Amino acid sequence: MNDKADLLTRLINPKEFQEPLDVSGYESSFLYETLYLMTQIRLAEEKLASEREFGTIGGPVHLSVGQEAMAVGISKNLNKKDRVFGAHRSHSHILSMNPDFHKLFAEVLGKETGFSRGMGGSMHLTDKKNGFYGSVPIVSGTVPLAVGAAFDARRSGTNNIGLAFIGDGAIEEGVVQESLNLAKILPSPTVFVVENNLFASHMNISLRQPMRSTCRFAEANKVENLLVDGNNVLEVYEKSKVLINNSRNDGTPCFIEGVTFRHYGHVDWRKDVDVGVDRSQEDIEEWMKRDPIQRLSIGMFEAAIISKQDYQNINDEISQDIISSWEKAIKDPYPTEDKLLTRVYCNED
Amino acid sequence: MKTKENYGSAILSAFEYLLDNYPEVFVIGQGLWSPWYVGNTMKDLDSKFGKDRIIDTPVSESAVTGLGVGASLCGSKPIVVHPRIDFMLYAIDSIVNQAAKWSHMTGAQSHPGITIRGIINRGGEQGAQHSQSLHSWFAHIPGLRVLMPYSVADARDMLIAAALSKDPVMYIDDRWLYDTKDELDPISEKSISEFKPKIIKYGEDLTIIGSSFSTKLALGASLELEKERISVEVIDIRTLNPFDSKLLIESVKKTKRFAVIDGGWKNSGFSAEVTSSIVESMEPNQLLSKPLRITLANSPAPTSKPLEDIYFPNISSVIRDIKANFFL
Repeated sequence: MNDKADLLTRLINPKEFQEPLDVSGYESSFLYETLYLMTQIRLAEEKLASEREFGTIGGPVHLSVGQEAMAVGISKNLNKKDRVFGAHRSHSHILSMNPDFHKLFAEVLGKETGFSRGMGGSMHLTDKKNGFYGSVPIVSGTVPLAVGAAFDARRSGTNNIGLAFIGDGAIEEGVVQESLNLAKILPSPTVFVVENNLFASHMNISLRQPMRSTCRFAEANKVENLLVDGNNVLEVYEKSKVLINNSRNDGTPCFIEGVTFRHYGHVDWRKDVDVGVDRSQEDIEEWMKRDPIQRLSIGMFEAAIISKQDYQNINDEISQDIISSWEKAIKDPYPTEDKLLTRVYCNED
Repeated sequence: MKTKENYGSAILSAFEYLLDNYPEVFVIGQGLWSPWYVGNTMKDLDSKFGKDRIIDTPVSESAVTGLGVGASLCGSKPIVVHPRIDFMLYAIDSIVNQAAKWSHMTGAQSHPGITIRGIINRGGEQGAQHSQSLHSWFAHIPGLRVLMPYSVADARDMLIAAALSKDPVMYIDDRWLYDTKDELDPISEKSISEFKPKIIKYGEDLTIIGSSFSTKLALGASLELEKERISVEVIDIRTLNPFDSKLLIESVKKTKRFAVIDGGWKNSGFSAEVTSSIVESMEPNQLLSKPLRITLANSPAPTSKPLEDIYFPNISSVIRDIKANFFL
């Protein structure tokens, strides 16, 4: 317990953990794919930030720039038959299961070709065939759904898991406590993943909770849990692998909390410096030195796995994909007017 | 070959049919291993079908209902049981924000085919938080199907149709109907969209419209009024959402007078939806009398017996109100 408290003290101090990752012992291809996927998510969201600022995107976008290591580190332990649920800040989650820029951009633009056929926008994403069941902006809304999806997986005799990505704010909702208790007692192989970015909307966790870690809710329900450096993709991957595999094999829940930080404010492209409470420009700059992509890429340069030029080429290639996906999405059709009413019910008759 | 059933045993028959024929059906909620909670409607299901399909739960309406929604997205056909609707309010997010909207906001790519059984359990001096129906709330929400069976056959057949529907369904049954008796034909599956409003008694002078226990009041009152040569047509709404008022409008065009009985409050209640859907389809001169709504008083349910007696409409209060409104 003291170890955890010490770790937490260091994790919430952005001056710690800024060093490049130690990549020794990993396959080059694994590192390359991991870096590639994180960069895809980063650049896609930077595109959304700029188009939102420009006004092309009409609705709000909640960006997870800075938090990519959580989505990618976790998803490397998942398969397409798992049942993943997200929240308001879930571009990273859906892309980590299927990095289809065009479908994400089309959805954010409200186009028929989007992940949710233009009916969900940024905050209601679905890609069921790739394991991403859905994200919703009601804080903690999908948590019990993940428990149910996991329960169904167990009932059907599979070893698939249900997973809910939530933030530190969701922990304050009562249904998360109910869900932990229910998942434990049934049991149901539900993976609760907390991206603790230390803020709920505008407000720092220190003003909302008596502790800055959320693991105590798992402890209270006898759910296996871990506190990790959420900006270290290799640590997220390695440590979550153990817990996720236990859930698969035993049908029991687990809880993984990673401390991280978002570079943007709660919503859209602004940095929101002191719009809220306890979020200064100095903090943001310090946290940007713990950037998860930078730590991995520099680690890979130092180990001579890729060169800086290689990485520039990766960035250029992804940027090109983003431009062509965006242009295609812009030209795609909106849902036709009849869809307003024909998608309310299943219309099975 | 007809079988004798009452409303409660008909619900039990529906559960047995579903559990026998559909392995993807499971039932979850509070009190399911202690069936006094839900009358005779779930008697011995846990011993017959196993505690892994008939699941009693922690006191967590919200998580349990959300579990049902999540499982339904994966192919299970869960029936979540709330022994009192009052307690179900903890589950509003899973019902209203998640289940009801899921099809629309995912572009109809997935459908939460969950059934939520909410039981109306009131009277007996139980008071404000052990009494509510709240069907009007749920009928307001696009994406939810809201069913309220009055007849014994519907109690059985609508539960089966609800469980087999791909849409989220709120099935609301009323304990005051559990002793209603009938002889039923063998089960044949019906589509949920077949349970539209139905004329259960033909008449010429007045149409009375109800749902669930209110239909029983309507029928009881109509039989008394018949003795005074007042011919009453009675319509049972059955499905409140999506609501189809066509039959009601046709009936009122014939009788030119109508009353609505509803087990909810008058203020923004379902009786207002029924009334306005009829009136807006009529010309001003097509009615011989102003319409009448018979509802609960706009107060929480009282515990004190004399207040409770005037709070819930009964057959004689319905007859009194109808005579006063229509000058019969």
